Order: sequence, then structure tokens, then C-alpha cells
Amino acid sequence: MDTSKLSFSSARENLLSKQITAVELYHAFLKKIKDSADLNIFLEVFEESALAKAQEVDQKVKAGTAGKLAGMVISIKDNICYAGHSVSASSRILEKFESLYSATVVDRLLGEDAIIIGRTNCDEFAMGSSNENSFFGAVKNPIDQEYVPGGSSGGAAASVAANLCMAALGSDTGGSIRQPASFTGTLGLKPTYGRVSRHGLIAYASSFDQIGPICKSVEEAALILEVIAGSDEYDSTLSNREVPSYSKKLNQEGKKKIAYLDCYVEHEGINAEVKNRTLEIIEKLKEDGHQVDRIEFDLLDQLVPIYYILTTAEASSNLARYDGIHFGYRSENAHDLKSTYVKSRTEGFGPEVKRRIMLGTYVLSAGYYDSYYGKAQKLRRMVREKTRSILADYDFILSPTTPHGAFKLEEQVDDPIKMYLEDIFTVQANIVGIPAISLPLGKLSNGLPFGIQFMADLFKEQELLAFSTEVVNKG
Amino acid sequence: MPEENKYDKYEVVVGLEIHAQLQTKSKAYSSDSTEYGKAPNNNVSPVSLGHPGTLPMFNKKTLEYGIRLGLACGSEITYENQFARKNYFYADLPKGYQITQDTTPLCTGGEILIKDDSGQEKRIGITRIHMEEDSGKSIHDLDPYNTLIDLNRAGVPLLEIVSEPDIRSAQEAYNYVTEVRKLVRYLEVCDGNMEEGSMRCDANVSVRLKGSKTLGERTETKNLNSIRNVLRAIEYEVKRQIDELEAGNSISMETRGFDAVKGITISQRSKEMAHDYRYFPEPDLQAVFVKETDIEKVKRELPPLPNELLNKYIQDLELSVYDAEVLTEDKQFALYYEDLIKHTKNYKAAANWMMGAVKSYLNELAIGIEEFPIKTKQLADLIKLVDDGAVSNTVANQKVFPKLIESPKMSPQKIAEENNWIQQSDTNALEGFIDEALNKFPDKVEEYRNGKKGLLGLFMGEVMKASKGAADPKLTNQLLRKKLEV
Repeated sequence: MDTSKLSFSSARENLLSKQITAVELYHAFLKKIKDSADLNIFLEVFEESALAKAQEVDQKVKAGTAGKLAGMVISIKDNICYAGHSVSASSRILEKFESLYSATVVDRLLGEDAIIIGRTNCDEFAMGSSNENSFFGAVKNPIDQEYVPGGSSGGAAASVAANLCMAALGSDTGGSIRQPASFTGTLGLKPTYGRVSRHGLIAYASSFDQIGPICKSVEEAALILEVIAGSDEYDSTLSNREVPSYSKKLNQEGKKKIAYLDCYVEHEGINAEVKNRTLEIIEKLKEDGHQVDRIEFDLLDQLVPIYYILTTAEASSNLARYDGIHFGYRSENAHDLKSTYVKSRTEGFGPEVKRRIMLGTYVLSAGYYDSYYGKAQKLRRMVREKTRSILADYDFILSPTTPHGAFKLEEQVDDPIKMYLEDIFTVQANIVGIPAISLPLGKLSNGLPFGIQFMADLFKEQELLAFSTEVVNKG
Repeated sequence: MPEENKYDKYEVVVGLEIHAQLQTKSKAYSSDSTEYGKAPNNNVSPVSLGHPGTLPMFNKKTLEYGIRLGLACGSEITYENQFARKNYFYADLPKGYQITQDTTPLCTGGEILIKDDSGQEKRIGITRIHMEEDSGKSIHDLDPYNTLIDLNRAGVPLLEIVSEPDIRSAQEAYNYVTEVRKLVRYLEVCDGNMEEGSMRCDANVSVRLKGSKTLGERTETKNLNSIRNVLRAIEYEVKRQIDELEAGNSISMETRGFDAVKGITISQRSKEMAHDYRYFPEPDLQAVFVKETDIEKVKRELPPLPNELLNKYIQDLELSVYDAEVLTEDKQFALYYEDLIKHTKNYKAAANWMMGAVKSYLNELAIGIEEFPIKTKQLADLIKLVDDGAVSNTVANQKVFPKLIESPKMSPQKIAEENNWIQQSDTNALEGFIDEALNKFPDKVEEYRNGKKGLLGLFMGEVMKASKGAADPKLTNQLLRKKLEV
């Protein structure tokens, strides 16, 4: 069975009409994963539980009780907890950690009969834009193995691009779903903050993190979102809003008002080809009858600083629990409380994680709080107001997902500032909390994929997905 | 100046922080049980263990209890309650931070009334009351090589009650903690057991020359685990600080601990080593809003407060201050009295019964009023029996009351009747007995009338004998004299 020809919809059709079995599907993907081990995408294949689930799905198909996602083979990023399974956030500090409980998203996927095939490599604690910050090594971009797949959900995006599964769950704190989707030619959706439960997502920055799907079609993204979204008693930052049946409402109707931000498209760091492709898309949308306007936005230079001050502040606190006392890695050289902390954390965390913990600790320190954290909070409110006022007039904001296509492995690894600017177009959605999607729209001249991003107002996933369907269909 | 007077030159300034563990069934941010005395690390879940990916879930009871205490202290209740993280590393703090409140404490202002050293009423201001979670427990003395951690307590909700620096002596501090404990017990928000750690106290102590307007440098003595130790630690700390100042040294701001065996405070952490807690808004919890209707609801359900009852007993019921204090010391005891005076208007007699026979009985058996067998209605009936002159006070106390405890279902009236303890207050019957007695000893009557007044006892005895002890002695005495002195 050729997994590259297996979309979820065809697999499901064949499964329900008993042309294939879920167990056969499972074996096909398992073989493909094993054959692609050199890409370093999967940290672990859940052979036992995935096979058991496949067998269960086959029983349910026979009984006519198969769930919405029966036939879907999906991977989860290694920062999503699954009871009885290892979860490490690609960090040495959690190398041997096994979760006692399942994330809400995992329970919901399983409840609709998805087969969770394994956990994918990522940047350590989701901190990175190239998947090179993993304790378990970098992931190679399946489109061209000399290139990075992006990050932090690099393994997740690569698992879909390499046809090792049909879809993946990633997490997005500043672009960690959309940027790797754009680098691998897949589709990535970051839902509204408060739409998908974070219960069971290993926290990086709590007020930014959101789980979302990486897959190949808008329909799949819509389907996965409607399964995983919605209120959950375990996450009190969630909205109680009803979850629409996104997958049933994908027909785009009427013309839309779209804004593009001057400073994005005219940014000095933007690659000329990326810029031209973006302008071409703008022209095409206009030809299709949509209104597309250039809008001034003067806060672009503040976005990345706001993002790095607030996320590192939250991370410095969120990662305090990895202290070598209660669970996870404990240094063998520790001999008392203080050395347990210092040595376990020094040996357990990678350099990027340490850099962010130190930065975050600094911006929250007495005497610096107001100049950094306090100021960034104020600016966050300004960006929120400004963005939402644009979205009061426009349905969507369009931009390239990233300033350039995928870069080569080790090309930027020694330049954290350059790496941080990878997020320049994606962090706005996380700062504001709005949904954003990266759509694969062909390739750049070097053969690497190109992605375009649309942002919508809070909880406008339905409109965003319907419009994305049209954009993708018209190519 | 002589040595013994140097302490009189200084004024003591104390502010207290009290942590009260709430009697909620589940923890502040998880559904784990808070039951006390479970085997170590049994009341835990991934949430209170701080496992990766877990999020806090706010227990609304914490809020209700906090509002209760705030209303009882006359505090302002905050509408928008944000939570904050207080970051520090310690082995019994699994998340590496404590969820607390920083800039928006649930309650601000208010007061606790205490007695000052001269017995006068004094107001101690409340700065703030806020909600937070407890840490686990580090056990250092069980294993010779390791510290053991018990996380049963981790995440149990606390209210931190911060006083203004209005306290002027160790005794006032003692009185303040006593009042706070009484209050939280009345409100049923905390059991107030300091020895079990469900109420803990930190004391901020400084001294200054009398008349000085500026505050002296203060020290904070942490984790005082009994009201007596609050007193002892402050007494020691005041003496130590004055001795230092008198010796020409200065006091440095620091955290100290109290060694209850030696009765001394010991420096633990200097100002330079103080934690930077890096407070910031807790991103995992949304702000909790307190609506006017929530406050009204708590207000309606508020139990009677010790001070309200105290004032009522002194002013409306005209009891003595001492009586009122004894009656209100314990909530259940006060509630029994409250119920008792629904059945009798003789408040003073009711108080006397409570403080006399009832309290002795409870003390003898070392039980609380909850286990007292006699219902308030029956005790009121017994009081009425005395008031009506049917039995004497002595008979009621020494005979009817013990019988009533043995058979709490019987009415006092019936007990007295069955045992022939009802006093003869029927004048006709009594006159019969009296005439009988006078007729029996005509010569003695003559002697009495000639001035031998001591013979009255003889006639009394005769009447009592004839009436089998049921004659009302007071009335008999009156009638006898009337007949003899014609």
C-alpha cells in the first residue's frame, strides 16, 4: 500500500466499504515510518497501543459504530501527554518520563477512533524554529534532506509531508505549527487561544500555547479541529462557546475584505521571491472579486520583543518544576538540595532552553519587571487592540507565513537573533490570541514549499477554513 | 539608667501574617481530597504533583470562605480577583511556584477587635486577606540521610490574613491570634488547630523609642505553631532587639525562626539572601469576579459572630462582661445559649446554668456541648420550675439536673414530681402542717413569743417532716413567723 496516495477521505471510504482494514493501514504506515528512520521524525512509534486501536476500529467498522476519525492515522508532537506513554518535550530532562494521564485532545481523538501512531520530534520544550534544538537530534525536511523542516513542530509537519501519517497534532506558541507547515508544504492551523484544551500539553508559554492540526487538506483540519475543540473542565482558560461543525461548512460564499500589512510585505528581511509570490496572490484575490487593501501597521518591530519577553517570562516559571526532585532527570552528581537543582537542570536542559529560562527570569526580576515584563504586557494590549480594530473592518489579514522558505540545517543555529526573527510574521496571532492558518501554495524556485498565512478574528475558524478552501482550490 | 528600665524606653510594633488552612473538601486548584491524617502522598493527582501539562482548576469554595472572613472583618471585597505566581524553588513545592494573589487581594481593610494590655477594647487593622495554596511538607527527622516529602498538603487552600502593624505588645499579639482563631472557627472556614499546622503565624516585630514617628527595622519570625509560641517568640524578639540597640548595635532586616525548646529566635535568612519571588499574573487561570449577589448570599448565610453575641449579651441581656465572654468563647457553646434563651427570658439564670452545672458536666467528661444530652427546651423548663418556686435552686442543681442527664427524654417537671421534689407552695396545705406543728408544742410557742426566736428552726423542721420535705422553705418561714408573731 502506498501511503502517499492515502488521503484520509479515501482511506475512510475504503475502510467503511471494507476494501481495507485499519490494521492494514497501521502496518502500511508503520513500514513507511521504519523505512524513513533517517529523517529522525518519530521519537517513538506506539506500536502496541496503535495496533490495539486499529483492531478496535476494525471491530467498530463491522459493528457500524466507527467514529468520525476512523481510518485516520495521526501523530502527536512529543509535548502532548498520552497515559502510559513516554513524553519528553524532546528534552533530556524528561527522557524517561511517562505520563500518568492523557491530554484532552488525545482522549478526544481516540474517542472518535483515530489511530495515534507515535510521538514526533520537536524543538526542546517547543523552543525553536528549526527543530535543531532537540535532545534527540535534528529532523530533516523530507522535501530536501539538507534543509530544516522548521520548528518547533518540525517532526509533526515532516511526518505529514513524508506520508508517515495522515495528520499530526502540533502546538503553536509563536508560529510552531504554521512555520514548519510552510517549510514542508503542509497545512497548519493555530486555533483561537481558548478554543482547544491545553490540558496535557507540556507548557512553554501558557498564555500563548495552543494545540492545532497539521495535515494536507482544509477538510482534514476542519474535521480534527471540531473533534479536539471545545470546553473542558481541566482548562479554565477555555471558552464555553459551542464548536461548529467546521467540516460541514467549508463552502465559501460571497466576497471578502482582506487586509495586508504594509510593514510585513515591505519588511527588509523578506525574501524577494516570497514577496513577489505574496503580491501575486494579492492580485489574484482581487481578480476573484475580493477586496484587498494595504493597511498601515506600525507595531511590527515590537512584535518579536513582546513575544520573547512574555513567553520567556512564562517559560521560566513553567519550567521550574523540572528540578530533579519529583520526576524526570536527576543528576547522578547531586548530593544535596541545591546541587540537585543546579546539576539536574544544567545537565537536563539544552542551551536554548537555558537561554530562555535566564531571559525570562531576568525580565521578571525585582527592578526590571516594569521595564520589561510590564512594558511588554502594555504593548501586548496595544497590539491586540490595533489588530482587532483591523479585523473589525476586514475578514482576514494576509501575509507570507515566513520571510523566506526553509533554510539549510546548521545555517542559523549559532545566531539566535536571526532564528528569533523567523517568527516575525507568525507571533502576532499568538500575541493577540486569534486563529491563523498557513496554506501550502506551491513551491519556490529552489523547489522548497511556499506558505501563505491568513489570520481571522477571535473564534472565526469557520470563516477562515471556508475561505482557505477557496484559496487552496484556486491555487 | 538602671538596667531593668531600659525596656520601658521602647515601644513595640508588631504586625502578624496568619495562614489559615480552609476546611474545603478538595484542594484549591484540583479535585484532590484535603482529608487530614491520610498516609503520605495519598491525596495527590498529576495536578498537585505538578506533572507536565497539568493546569489548575479553581475551587470556588475558597472564594466563598474568603468572602465570609472578609465580611466578618468588615473588609472591602474585591470585584476582580486575579491570581499570581510566586516563584521559588523548594523541595515541597512541586510546581516551583505557588498560586497566590498579588495585586488584587480578595479582601482589603477591615479590623479585628481585641483587648489591649489594660483590658480596653482595641482595633487591629487588617491590611489584606488573599487566597493561595499550601505547599507540601518536608520531613527532616524520619530518615537519617534524606529529607522526605509529603505532598498531601500541597495545594490545600489557604487564606493569608495580614494585619496592620497596630499590635503593641506580645500579649496583644496573643489576644489577636486568639480572636482570629475564634473568628475562623465561628465562620467554620478553618479548624484553627495551630498544633496540626492548620493555622500558622509569622510575626513582623520592630521596636522604636517611645515618641518616635519612624518605624524601627523589623525582623520576620516565621512559622509560629501555637498561640503561646507567638507570645514567647515576640517577647524574646523584643528583648533581643532592645538589647542589641542598647548595646549600640543595629537591627538588620531578616527572616528568623523560633526554637520552641530553647525559647529563642534564630536568624535564617538575611535581607541580601531574600527571595525575589518574581510575581506575575497566573496565565493558567482567568480572573474570578465577585458579584454583589455573591456577597449578599454569603452575608445572608453568615453565622452569628463572637463580637456581635458579646455585645448583645452585655447590652441587651445585661449579663456581666465576664459571663458574656465565657459564653462566646466557643461557638457551639454560644449557639446552645442562643437556643436556650429562645425558651426562657431569664437570661441571667440561663447563663448561670450554662457556666455552672452544664460547664462542670462537660469539663468532667471532657466533651463538647455538641455531646451534651439535655435539650435547650428541657433546660429552660428546669429554669422555669425554679422560677415558679416549684423546686429550689439547690434541688434543681443537685437532684433534678443529674436525673435529667440520666433520662434526657423526661421532662424536669415529671422528674421532680415522681421524686416528690415539688415544693409545697399551696398555702392551705402548708397552713395545715404549720397548725399541726404549733399545736404539737404549745409550750414552745409560748417560749418563742417570750423571745426565744431560735425555736423557729424546730417548727420549720416539723413542717418539713410532715410535708416530707416538699414545703417551700421560704414560704413556710414567712407563714410560721406570721402565725407566731400574732
